[in-house]
Amino acid sequence: MLETQKYVETGLLELVVNGEKRSVMVRPADLLLDVLRDQLGLTGAKPGCKNGDCGACTILVDGWPIKSCLMLAVEAVGHEITTVEGLNGTPLQQAFVSEFAFQCGYCTSGFIINCQALANIHPQADEAIIREWLQSNLCRCTGYEEIGKAILSVISKN
Amino acid sequence: METTLAVGKSIPKKESWDKVTGAAKYNTDFNEPGLLHAWLVTSLYSHAIIKSIDKTKALEIPGVLSVVTGDSMPRLTGPVLEDRPPLAIGRVRYFGEPIAIVVADSLTRAKEAAGLVYVEYQPLPTVNSVKEALEEKSLLHEQLATYRHQKANEIFSLPGTNIANHIKIRKGNMTRGWAESEVVVDSVVKLPQSVHAAMEPRNARAEIKPDGKVIIHTSTQGPYDVKKDLSYYFNLEESKIVVLVPLVGGGFGGKTTSQLEILTLLASKAVHGRPVKLVESREQDFTSSPGHLGLEARVKLGATREGLLKAIEITCFVNTGAYTDSGTKMTRAMAADCTGPYNIEHVHGDAYCVYTNHTYVTAFRSFGRLSHTFAIERAMDKLAFALGIDPLELRLKNAIKPGHFTPTAVRLNSSNIGNLSACLERLKKLINWNEGIRIVTAHNKVRAKGISCLWKTSSSPPNATAGAIITFNRDGTLNLNVGAVEIGMGIKTALAQILSEKLQMDINKINVVMEVNTETSPKHWKTVASMTGFMVGNAVLDAAEDVIKQLCRTAAVVLRCPPEVLQVGGGRVFMKADPDIFVEFKNIVCGYEYPDGSSIGGEIIGRGNFIMHHLLPMDPETGRGRLGPAWAVGAQAVEVELDMLDYNYKILKAATVIDAGKVLNPKNARGVTMGGMCMGLGYGCREANLYDSGGVRINPQFRTYHLIRFGENPEYLVDFVETPQVDAPYGMRGIGEHGIIGMPAALANALSAAAQVNLDFTPLTPEAIWQAKKEVMS
Repeated sequence: MLETQKYVETGLLELVVNGEKRSVMVRPADLLLDVLRDQLGLTGAKPGCKNGDCGACTILVDGWPIKSCLMLAVEAVGHEITTVEGLNGTPLQQAFVSEFAFQCGYCTSGFIINCQALANIHPQADEAIIREWLQSNLCRCTGYEEIGKAILSVISKN
Repeated sequence: METTLAVGKSIPKKESWDKVTGAAKYNTDFNEPGLLHAWLVTSLYSHAIIKSIDKTKALEIPGVLSVVTGDSMPRLTGPVLEDRPPLAIGRVRYFGEPIAIVVADSLTRAKEAAGLVYVEYQPLPTVNSVKEALEEKSLLHEQLATYRHQKANEIFSLPGTNIANHIKIRKGNMTRGWAESEVVVDSVVKLPQSVHAAMEPRNARAEIKPDGKVIIHTSTQGPYDVKKDLSYYFNLEESKIVVLVPLVGGGFGGKTTSQLEILTLLASKAVHGRPVKLVESREQDFTSSPGHLGLEARVKLGATREGLLKAIEITCFVNTGAYTDSGTKMTRAMAADCTGPYNIEHVHGDAYCVYTNHTYVTAFRSFGRLSHTFAIERAMDKLAFALGIDPLELRLKNAIKPGHFTPTAVRLNSSNIGNLSACLERLKKLINWNEGIRIVTAHNKVRAKGISCLWKTSSSPPNATAGAIITFNRDGTLNLNVGAVEIGMGIKTALAQILSEKLQMDINKINVVMEVNTETSPKHWKTVASMTGFMVGNAVLDAAEDVIKQLCRTAAVVLRCPPEVLQVGGGRVFMKADPDIFVEFKNIVCGYEYPDGSSIGGEIIGRGNFIMHHLLPMDPETGRGRLGPAWAVGAQAVEVELDMLDYNYKILKAATVIDAGKVLNPKNARGVTMGGMCMGLGYGCREANLYDSGGVRINPQFRTYHLIRFGENPEYLVDFVETPQVDAPYGMRGIGEHGIIGMPAALANALSAAAQVNLDFTPLTPEAIWQAKKEVMS
């Protein structure tokens, strides 16, 4: 209640992003995506449709992949947010590089975040699970084969 | 030639780690205090008179600084034919056409105000198809005759009609051609408009400095064209315009011509030069910015009983939408390659660029060949059926070869055409063609294959140029600066590979300048037409030669020998006869210092350039001419499994063999080819711009306009033939676009064989197949 009171009076929120406590000032209608990008400079998550269709803005909320264009910043309070900037030199990122799993790279942050969540939540995922998960993201450059190889190379190591 | 160091190696993209960590910056990622935001007010009608625009309510919103309308720029624009007002003037001609730009201190306020700009329309009859355009249901451009042509010899419009351009191909003697034809097939195809759908929506920002300098940051494939266009449209010296382009989030041709750059500059002008950012929503990107052409075509194809092609008559109607943009050029390009990659002596081709009240179109991966190939390849399959000849054998029999002439009368040799027959032979094995075209696999399930050939040359202006600048760092590493834009195809890395190979130097010691800045990067025509590796690659080789000459000149003094006995490699200049006698780059690239401190030489700066040679515009009566330096040819196949009860199908395999000349980077070439194939299959099976009876787009978002998603893609079979193009870097051919070209045709051929009905359209939805079946059965 105290937090809500504070927000109503000041417009200030505290978000936990990539392990850091960050203070942001938001309107109730502000999308989490826009706040991450415009206020925190975390531009890895990309606007591709702002309609939940393309997945380029995917982030992790408490470890689960969420399209940050479908979440309000005020809804993120009390949750752990991870953006692609929170991943550093992971085997999955290395796999994306080695497998040439991107071309223009605009959808890549979203794919990597979604793949990372998949690898964490379903370390033994089979093809059906991988397919179901990765269908939430769009890539216009590749034909998806390389992305499939990248995620498989990480999962098969588990 | 020995090519072992970098060429032919799967070297990951230079910008890889930036792209997997979110550090890569695209144009939309930049923000700064004071940046103003723009939002478009777009047309709700496909064709209407604008009776009035009321800005009053919008301007009352706090933070709204300006509402810019068409009267701020009362002139027409266009890369070839100037027919398009950047903001509608008195009339709109397509749904989504920009009418006004709202500029505000926040995007929220700009959007809110845009909703309060009241536009009063008086609807006009909608030209909703090519057919209605030709029937002249309504004229889109009454003033067509008065429009300015930016390029001579390119536009043959028919004022008083909806035809913006008519290109003719007349080769051989049709009377003889038809007399020699024992079997003739007639084929009509119809393909819809679609969208590029680059994941990064189109966007730009502009500002005007106090001294009048215009700074444009944009997501474009053609920064130098943007500079040229703005100079021309706004009457500015080119030195007063700087265009900056970071990494681009996909292009596919859709970011080639100027649109949002003009609009943001208008917006900035309206607010005294303050910086203004305009990012289209996905819906605006799909409806306000240009898309991919639609095509209706008729092909009449004649052959002997043995299957030798003798004559072709082809008529193409390109749906260019409300304005021409690159539509006229694509019309010309498809006319130039109108036979497909087949040797046909007698050719009668007409290609018309037709105005409709649909979204206007611009360059799209393959520059029209995707659609045109569909027309040719459906006709080839029908001919094979009529002759009782295997479709692949029919193509092999007629495959274009050195010594043949193209429709525009270019004599071919192995360098400029490559080896289509070899591609077909390879494809035959890859797709296991000999097992049969149609196999019943289970109750009501049929597995079938279809093929398509492809070819494409560029449509570059005869004076298109490229440049390269090489500078060194003190440690002997170097920087490569070119005007090519990195849109995802790995061009910067490919150019570094070419340079690494030429200098026999570790590619990790080559830094590529990722952004393009028209003030400091040497000009490149534009990053299109699969021509960047060829053009900029040649400029890079030229710059490398220049560097080698300078390195050897300084090293000759140091090593006390003539420059001719020296060679460059491994970051050193050494004596050919004794590599142990050498000097390292780091000791000479910024001048050589003797032990006593006196120095010679100076900073080594390499410069290289390239200009197209021997390209000629097409003759207006016969089409004779030469549009591009060389073709890349290929053959593709698709294997489907069709359910004969509900016509649902699965694309099992898709195969491509392209004559790549020389594969510079195997993994990248495979990736770009698969990407093209996926995009082509998407267009074949589901993508289409849908318009209602009033010409309103009804599927302007990913929710309703479906792309192929992960796991819906087939198994890809990709291979390359390597017939060198002798005037290209290490023999490479541009193949960035080619994966897309034959896919819809191969899919239609496979499904036609499976369903045993002619499917002459896309998108090939199960329902559409059912309809086609129903029509022949009733």
